[in-house]
Amino acid sequence: MTPRTLFDKVWDAHVVHELPEGPALLYVDLHLVHEVTSPQAFEGLRRAGRRVRRPDLTVATVDHNVPTGDRALPIADPVAARQLAALGANARHFGVELFDLASPEQGIVHVIGPELGLTQPGMVIVCGDSHTSTHGAFGALALGLGTSEVEHVLATQCLVWSKPRTMEARFTGTLAPGVTAKDLILAFIGRIGTAGATGHVIEYTGDAIRALSMEQRMTVCNMSIEAGARAGMIAPDDTTYDYLAERPRAPGGPEWTRSVARWRELRTDSGATFTTRFSLDASAVAPQVTWGTSPGMVADVTGRVPHPADFPTDGERRSVERALAYMALTPGTPLAGLPIDRVFLGSCTNARIEDLRAAARVVQGRRVAAGVRAMVVPGSQRVKAQAERERLDRVFREAGFEWRNSGCSMCLGMNPDVLKSGERCASTSNRNFEGRQGRGGRTHLMSPAMAAAAAIAGRIVDVREWQVRQDVEEVEDVEVVKRVEGGAP
Amino acid sequence: MEPFVRHTGLVAALPRDDVDTDQIVPKQFLARVERTGFGPALFHDWRFRPDGTPNPEFELNRPTAQGASILVAGANFGCGSSREHAVWALREYGFRAILAPSFADIFSANCCQNGVVPALLAPEEIAELFRRCEAAGGDYRLTVDLEAERVEDGRGFSARFAIDRYRREMLLSGLDEIGRTLLLEERIAAYERARPHPV
Ligand code: SF4
Repeated sequence: MTPRTLFDKVWDAHVVHELPEGPALLYVDLHLVHEVTSPQAFEGLRRAGRRVRRPDLTVATVDHNVPTGDRALPIADPVAARQLAALGANARHFGVELFDLASPEQGIVHVIGPELGLTQPGMVIVCGDSHTSTHGAFGALALGLGTSEVEHVLATQCLVWSKPRTMEARFTGTLAPGVTAKDLILAFIGRIGTAGATGHVIEYTGDAIRALSMEQRMTVCNMSIEAGARAGMIAPDDTTYDYLAERPRAPGGPEWTRSVARWRELRTDSGATFTTRFSLDASAVAPQVTWGTSPGMVADVTGRVPHPADFPTDGERRSVERALAYMALTPGTPLAGLPIDRVFLGSCTNARIEDLRAAARVVQGRRVAAGVRAMVVPGSQRVKAQAERERLDRVFREAGFEWRNSGCSMCLGMNPDVLKSGERCASTSNRNFEGRQGRGGRTHLMSPAMAAAAAIAGRIVDVREWQVRQDVEEVEDVEVVKRVEGGAP
Repeated sequence: MEPFVRHTGLVAALPRDDVDTDQIVPKQFLARVERTGFGPALFHDWRFRPDGTPNPEFELNRPTAQGASILVAGANFGCGSSREHAVWALREYGFRAILAPSFADIFSANCCQNGVVPALLAPEEIAELFRRCEAAGGDYRLTVDLEAERVEDGRGFSARFAIDRYRREMLLSGLDEIGRTLLLEERIAAYERARPHPV
């Protein structure tokens, strides 16, 4: 048989029909639904007198729009309340399971799918959200859809898709201490550009990927869309199976053994070809910080704000000029040392338990810098509960962080959590677009440990120095903080 | 869906790369549960100043861009969020076709679901259109002919554009994609029965 890629295997197993004009009708195993991109789709079904074909393969939650404060209070914004109510009514009407605000299972759709074991290797998973690529970390083919396609999947359980190209992104070597999956994916996007993988599905391979935990792999696949790819995948292995075993919705008993045996086939055969190949030495990656208004506008934390003249094309120079004006940054300014006003630890990229642990290790026993407002928004209520069992909430609260309920929150600022114009924010989310976190707000994307360190120092710092000093002078904590501040330009 | 065969209209130029869907429709407008009402939200934070008055600097606010139905834009147009609201807003504002050197995948699929043509042209051709639009000083018109896969200005510019064959058929016929897939119900059911493991 011709050697096939992981992508080919999942694709082939889901082709229901080849349409004469080229695309395939692909079967969807899991359809995740949230409140913002679904109301018009359900309305379309209603108007056409159609039903949801497989409500048993459809799961809904509320995340984008939900307040993250006190859940006992009524929702202040009537438009948001109407949208949340619409999803409740649609779920009831069409028989779809919903994890609503009262549910202990509620959370960001890309956090709860994996943690409940709904996300499994080899599946085709869709959701009306571009970060559906997250689920590819399990060897699923997972992609974001627009609302019309959502309606199509609701009605038919199938997706019409023209076969995309494939890209292998091979990350070799070992990540240095203080460098995370977030830095790896940001460095990758910085190299290939935000349209570098347009039209492709990426498979991430290499030792650096194998060494990542499931949660870190999710961070990598999550940001595939920021490289232009609709989906990113990682072949499942023992790390995957260890994560999935015993999850509430994962197969159990003899079915588990059969499933794992089947999942073991899900890897790229030797000799299989990709349309495009890219490789990166992970051991050379430093902590990353974005300086502009696109995730590709990124540099090492030890770097400086670039000069528009450094860029080869007119278009790029214009973009960089606009971005620097928006970000109020001058070329040549070192990134380390930039003062920040806000810190957001959250989003489907970096709000899982390991992210909160990594941030808490940096925060432990310290105080958020004067004048900085910092918040932690766990990715799901389960993550929140787990963190509280580990007393991480105390670490954050004692340091002066706000500790919230789960939701998308300031990742996109649809709820009351927004930046004010001119505020500069260290954020663990995935998009630094103009106005994304609030009109006029300035976002710097980075890892959870880097964002936590920024909260304490009140400015962007290199977490690697931080950790070294912390190890060496553990007893003189306050001294250490001062020195990091003093050391910043 | 309204079919698209050929359209002649006034051109607006937006010579910016990486225009993301957060700019096309900012999040504060996403809470609506309808498909309509997004026109006023189009490029809201670029079109309007914080006090609500139009920003004269923004390309679409120029007098020459009023009434435009064809948008010429930079690379990677429509990147970011999957929100179809972006296309609903463009359509409601009056755009029938968008010409760019590249589009984000989800955005271009969303266009085709709403009778908006995402026409791919070479970067040099887009640069030429920016020049011609600027030089015309207003009233620059193009014809987008989907049947012939061609863009022309009647003054010497003529270029073939690329579009996926299936998407082209869909736009030309104004296809009801769901209706068509539902005709394949037998095949879908057969696929479900044949799966080696439960779905
Ligand atoms: S956390 Fe942010 S990126 Fe993720 S689903 Fe929510 S809004 Fe989208």
